[in-house]
Amino acid sequence: MVTASAIQLEGVTLRHGLRDAVRSVSGCFAPGGLTAIVGPNGAGKSTLIRALVGLQPLAAGRIDRGGMAAGDIALLPQGSELDRDFPIACADVVALGFTRRLGSFRGISARQRSAVDDALAAVGLPDHGGRPIGHLSAGQFQRVLFARMMLRDCPVLLLDEPFSAVDTTTACDLLAIVKTWHQRGQTVVVVLHDLDLVRDVFPETLLMAQKAIAWGPTAQALTDHNLHHAGLFHMAWACTSRRHAA
Amino acid sequence: MYDLLLGPFELGFMRRALAGCLALAVAGPPLGVFLVLRRMSLMSDVLQHGVLPGIALGAAVAGLSVWAMGLGGILAGLAVALLAGWLSRNTNGREDSQFAGIYLIALAIGVTIVSLQRGIDLTHLLFGSVLSVDDTALYCMAGVTTIVLPVLAVLWRPLIMESLDPGFTAATGGGGGLSHLVFLALVVLCVVSGFVALGTLMSVGLMMLPAIAARHWSLSLSGQIRSSVALAVLASVFGLLVSYHIEIPAGPAIVLTAGALWFVSLALEQGGIIPFGRSAA
Repeated sequence: MVTASAIQLEGVTLRHGLRDAVRSVSGCFAPGGLTAIVGPNGAGKSTLIRALVGLQPLAAGRIDRGGMAAGDIALLPQGSELDRDFPIACADVVALGFTRRLGSFRGISARQRSAVDDALAAVGLPDHGGRPIGHLSAGQFQRVLFARMMLRDCPVLLLDEPFSAVDTTTACDLLAIVKTWHQRGQTVVVVLHDLDLVRDVFPETLLMAQKAIAWGPTAQALTDHNLHHAGLFHMAWACTSRRHAA
Repeated sequence: MYDLLLGPFELGFMRRALAGCLALAVAGPPLGVFLVLRRMSLMSDVLQHGVLPGIALGAAVAGLSVWAMGLGGILAGLAVALLAGWLSRNTNGREDSQFAGIYLIALAIGVTIVSLQRGIDLTHLLFGSVLSVDDTALYCMAGVTTIVLPVLAVLWRPLIMESLDPGFTAATGGGGGLSHLVFLALVVLCVVSGFVALGTLMSVGLMMLPAIAARHWSLSLSGQIRSSVALAVLASVFGLLVSYHIEIPAGPAIVLTAGALWFVSLALEQGGIIPFGRSAA
């Protein structure tokens, strides 16, 4: 695995058609950091992380990946384009994590096969390798995508609302996996809505609403003032009232 | 019984037609399975109408030569495939309506060119004729199969990746665009190679119907491809027999047989007789 280096953003502006989705965001994802991206709907969170993997052209500004290629950054998009009706087994989907190393034609080695089984076991789906993906629940399917992501062995991992469509147990298990990635020194960036989860688990937060409202240690980023500023009024209010209740 | 099932194939032209259709039955359905999986079934319609102007132009320029008509068909098919791809990428219109627009225009152009010529039988061009499968046509069909199968084998992994998860393929640099183009070219080849025996309007039937029916037979991709080929072979044999005995063109006869096999597959799966179909689990 390539070691993670910092990802520097300088005045990054991204457009959807004529509309600015992200306006002049500057800052840094430190190597090995665990960062949450928080903001209201339409704040440009997904657009920003798509730009980090090179899938979204920059309208202005610069992204410096510090010697890493865009392909060293793995993205798990929200509501993946993956066709769940496709007649393919879980193990084969997970094995796609080896794509960059195998290309289109090289065969899968016995060691890689057992790595696929290990990854499936690690996400709580041992013995599911032969199952068609069409038979999985939403939660199990998300676990398969996590297993594929593990095999990509990228120094930087980006996840777009990975827990939004899954049950609580799955969310807990997947969060534990995110933590192990962080412990191994991989840079992890997660787009999230659940502010309590962000405060509990994520040391760093980028709060954005087109612009970066705040970017830094979570406690300093997620103040009532900043949340108001980001347009997350109800969330700010909810936090305040909870604190009053306590 | 012998007269019903085997007797017709003692005739040379029936044997030729059978050999040609079997070649198509091996090459087309695997492509059809991918078209179905990629929700591109309509694309096959676009292509079968799209090749007609090219075939008609070929016939107008060089007479009823298989080479001229085939080449014209391939060029027209590729042009239509590229146009359809470009339209769906670069305009905000609904893809299906644009495809419908393209094939209506292509069909009208083709029929216009044909009617301007004297001595070309439109029915043969549209619905095929087993009598016109000569050596050249047979070599063309066999040649296309010989090209399609190895290329499909080489394309196998990129094609599955691009069909399964285009976003992931783009992110990992899987070359999805190129494999898609080569795949469409193979479909065009198959559509054109079928037109002599089956006619331009029917040749896609032998590609698509077995592929659609195959979804009821297997949960795995390779299983679906095997069943689609088996169904297409059955449809070719029995379709030609039907065509011989009740004297209808081979194209509609084979396509109707394939259609009947589809309904049988559907009924067998719904009745729980096929144990591993899609609705079983």
